[in-house]
Amino acid sequence: MNIRLRPLLVGIAAAALLAAPASAHRQWMLPSATTVSGDDVWVTVDAAVSNDLFYFEHFPMRLDTIHAWAPDGSEAKLENSSTGRYRSTFDVHLTQKGTYKIASIGGGINGSYMLNGEQKRLPRGTTAAQLATAIPAGATDVKIAESASRNEIFVTAGEPSEGVLKPTGEGLELAPITHPTDLVAGEEARFRFLIDGQPAPGITVAIVPGGVRYRDQLNDQTLKTDANGELAFTWPEPGFYWLNATASDAKTSVPQATQRRLSYITTLEVQAP
Amino acid sequence: MKVRYSTVMKGVPAALFSAGFVAAPGHAAGIDLSITIPTLRVAEYHRPYVAIWVEAKGKPDVRNLAIWYDYDQQKNEGTKWLRDVRQWWRKTGRTLTFPADGITGATRAPGVHKVSFTSGKSPLGTLPPGSYELVVEAAREVGGREILRLPFQWPAKTPQTVRAAGSTELGAVSATVKP
Repeated sequence: MNIRLRPLLVGIAAAALLAAPASAHRQWMLPSATTVSGDDVWVTVDAAVSNDLFYFEHFPMRLDTIHAWAPDGSEAKLENSSTGRYRSTFDVHLTQKGTYKIASIGGGINGSYMLNGEQKRLPRGTTAAQLATAIPAGATDVKIAESASRNEIFVTAGEPSEGVLKPTGEGLELAPITHPTDLVAGEEARFRFLIDGQPAPGITVAIVPGGVRYRDQLNDQTLKTDANGELAFTWPEPGFYWLNATASDAKTSVPQATQRRLSYITTLEVQAP
Repeated sequence: MKVRYSTVMKGVPAALFSAGFVAAPGHAAGIDLSITIPTLRVAEYHRPYVAIWVEAKGKPDVRNLAIWYDYDQQKNEGTKWLRDVRQWWRKTGRTLTFPADGITGATRAPGVHKVSFTSGKSPLGTLPPGSYELVVEAAREVGGREILRLPFQWPAKTPQTVRAAGSTELGAVSATVKP
């Protein structure tokens, strides 16, 4: 199992922090609750990259790409932010009623090449402008891909609202049909996925229930979106679920890149009926 | 984008309930409810939050009759746990502002509690004829949750009593529907 190789994989894991994790590591944010009541409401969020869901055991998520939006669309502050060895954590004060969105939007350039018989990777954080000089003369088998990732969660104070669910039209996004904070075990939820604002048919969506440490099977499900970019899923039991949609295409913005990798992650809470 | 979730009436009675049917004046039609809150031998006991409502079979709308919670805490802090009355919260609680007019009450100690709701008067108001369920949901801090459903027909020709018995957070619950 990969976890045994941890020291060797630090470089790869570090790349996963920046870009969409194509490795076995899963990036996630876990809110203290997705449905809250009351007048002075806070939510606290753990953010980590790990193998097992939802346990902090590997790397913290970086906080600098994480932002929060209030129901009216204004940006909400992350408070009491802290990054530890295995996880980052922060609070959001929910001063408005309705649905908040907390999202980490990332992306970058990944690349590798062969030099003197050795495979080399582009350093983390290489920009499009640096690409020309980042690859030394004599390099062969140059492979460059750009990635765009979105990892977002939703928290509702009072009644669910739809303002923060409006797609931005950039990259791979969830356009929920069933509200993401109104999920109940035994009920069907419908979600639509978009790429650059257009329905994304035939993309792969993995759903993994949390609590992995205490069972022998992952119990994950891999679904495909239909012709409208939609899928339906009936939640087998209550709890937190990790959802990861992935896609790739050739619509690159960096001229040297041949592939664009897209990733969308969310953590969904399913209530008991 | 159309997002679907179970929204229900906001504060005012939905059309379902206000349509057509008016009780005869002076008539004492209504529902007498008896709710037993059990005595529990637990290390840390808090009185349960209890929501009582009427819903029409197969309809999303509900009519709130009562929400018993810690409404008198500083800064309205008792509202923090209302979401734990989770079916009620999803159906209607989350659309309300607190303390909610006409339905807010204090939590009750273990024992038998009798409450009456009169047709034509808040919070029961007027119900159009049909099949209903009276729902009682109790959720206790550091404890569990239980929900009981008592089906009834409205209006009743003769007094009808419906009974249900909880096993954890509620004891015997009965509703007498009076013509």
